[in-house]
Amino acid sequence: MKQPGRILLGLYCLLVAVWLVAPTIVVVPMSFNDKKSLAFPPSGFSWQWYQNFFTNPEWSASLVGSLKVAVVTALFATVIGTLAAFGLDRMKSRVSGVLRALLITPMVVPGVVLAVGIYAVYLDTRLVGTMAGFVLAHTMLAVPFVIIAVSASLEVFDKRLETAAASLGATRLTAFRTVTLPLIAPGILSGLLFAFVTSFDEIIVALFITSPYLKTLPVQIFSSITRDADPTVAAVGTLLFITTSLVIGAGLLIGSRQGKR
Amino acid sequence: MASPSTRGAAIDLKSVSKHYGSFIALDKVSLHIEPGEFMTLLGPSGSGKTTTLNVIAGFTEVSSGSLDVGGKSVIGVPAHKRNIGLVFQHYALFPHMTVSRNVAYPLTLRGIANPDREGRVRKALDMVKMADFGHRFPSELSGGQQQRVALARAIVFDPPLLLMDEPLGALDKKLREWLQLEIKRIHRELGTTFVYVTHDQEEALVLSDRIAVFNQGRIEQIGTGRQLYDEPETLFVGKFVGDSTILRGAASTSGNETAIDVAGRKVAAAKRLGDGAKPVMLLRPEKLSLARRGKGGQDRNTLPGRIGEAIYLGSGSKYEVVLADTSKAIVRSTLDAETFAIGDEVDLVFAGSDVKLLADDENADFTLT
Repeated sequence: MKQPGRILLGLYCLLVAVWLVAPTIVVVPMSFNDKKSLAFPPSGFSWQWYQNFFTNPEWSASLVGSLKVAVVTALFATVIGTLAAFGLDRMKSRVSGVLRALLITPMVVPGVVLAVGIYAVYLDTRLVGTMAGFVLAHTMLAVPFVIIAVSASLEVFDKRLETAAASLGATRLTAFRTVTLPLIAPGILSGLLFAFVTSFDEIIVALFITSPYLKTLPVQIFSSITRDADPTVAAVGTLLFITTSLVIGAGLLIGSRQGKR
Repeated sequence: MASPSTRGAAIDLKSVSKHYGSFIALDKVSLHIEPGEFMTLLGPSGSGKTTTLNVIAGFTEVSSGSLDVGGKSVIGVPAHKRNIGLVFQHYALFPHMTVSRNVAYPLTLRGIANPDREGRVRKALDMVKMADFGHRFPSELSGGQQQRVALARAIVFDPPLLLMDEPLGALDKKLREWLQLEIKRIHRELGTTFVYVTHDQEEALVLSDRIAVFNQGRIEQIGTGRQLYDEPETLFVGKFVGDSTILRGAASTSGNETAIDVAGRKVAAAKRLGDGAKPVMLLRPEKLSLARRGKGGQDRNTLPGRIGEAIYLGSGSKYEVVLADTSKAIVRSTLDAETFAIGDEVDLVFAGSDVKLLADDENADFTLT
């Protein structure tokens, strides 16, 4: 028999869990509504909002736009972030501490502040509504995530292995390619996934620099829901929820496998 | 295959110094190592032995001096171009590669393709008796097994010189003793020059053709284990290699004889040091014997003392004797000798001819960490 204390603790945990996931879970049934309303609970069952998402060009164009931006952003952020993390790792600790703090700032500065700044610069440089503009802004936001993920795996990486590789005849570049890179690959991969999700999820900056020609999915969701109560939003939300969970889950899984061997 | 004697490289360090700011890690070290020789660099931590190894390996640049390997200067040659095998205390196997791929790594870098590569990997693993473990990952091996794989990886590309930096330091005593014999066998079979760093003087005695004893960035003495033990040139060498008893006191010389006054009792040896040096006497444990108080005899040197510690070793006994001036003497006796218990009053007896007379040196103290 369990003690009453343990039961209370269990109930409390359940409550917190429900509170954390409820808003997300509510979206799922709403996406199957048979009427054009965001009422909860839904009155009937239908797949029509999912159908609408994939057939309505407005929605599919924004999905493609988001994917393009996120993929390019993830690649740029991963390369830049990995190089930065490597550099920080090999620096004198006092300098690297300051530099690291500087490189992480996009994570700390309020999104709106960044968005206003980016918007002001983009107006002058005609980057508003362009692919380059989106990638540039999102890469800046995603780089800190890559730096954090790669730094974590560099921390557990045994630098003496590079010395060993050198003694066996490897140049610094060869040692990096054959020893360092494979061993920090899980960190790089999880950084890549986090960078992708950061861009794919991003709304604040996107709202400022969007244009009728290039919209990302979050922007489309936002403008749709402010216009009318289209349950397609709930369908998109459900899809996003599932994909993001899968990607982040994979990222965490890869990250946690690091250093077990 | 070349004959073993031609496969090792000679090493010549001439007046090599290394400074880190005002700290002198190496102070004009000169050392010649013969091709195929097993040379051990022995010393306490911070004595410069590992710095010397890193200089030879190419990981530390010298501040001044010259270094030739195989007759050619390697000053300024980066580590990866020196073609020197290196074994670390921490194994440094690549955890993402199997044992076979670890050993094949230096061959791949040298553009050696299969089937030659595979054959050489197998031969190297055979040599360290790890042939059945090729498909394993390092994490699936014990410390001793990992070190044997690391050894295979360091010899697979036939380097003319193999450096080992306290390779057995992380292993327990039994395993260490067995691997010492394995390393000796491999050295004999390869004919490669081995340079081995350790702070363990017993290990140095077991393995080496010659030993260079390091202290405070300098080499105190280079010689065979027997030379270092029987004829130490400095007090540090005498104390660091093997057990020893040091007798200090007011010294007086008459003719060719030096006498030292140990708490009121004079002991003498028919030797003398050069002028200006303060003499101390050093005695090896097996050159000392014990007798009940007053039964030491008249013809030899005797010093009164009390047994402070008595240790049974199986092959004999080891005693720590506290002398009248509170210094300690270490005595080894054979199985058939008279035995003593802690607290027994004894006479420490030795012949003047067994005394090593050395100059006192305040830098002769060391700590093992």
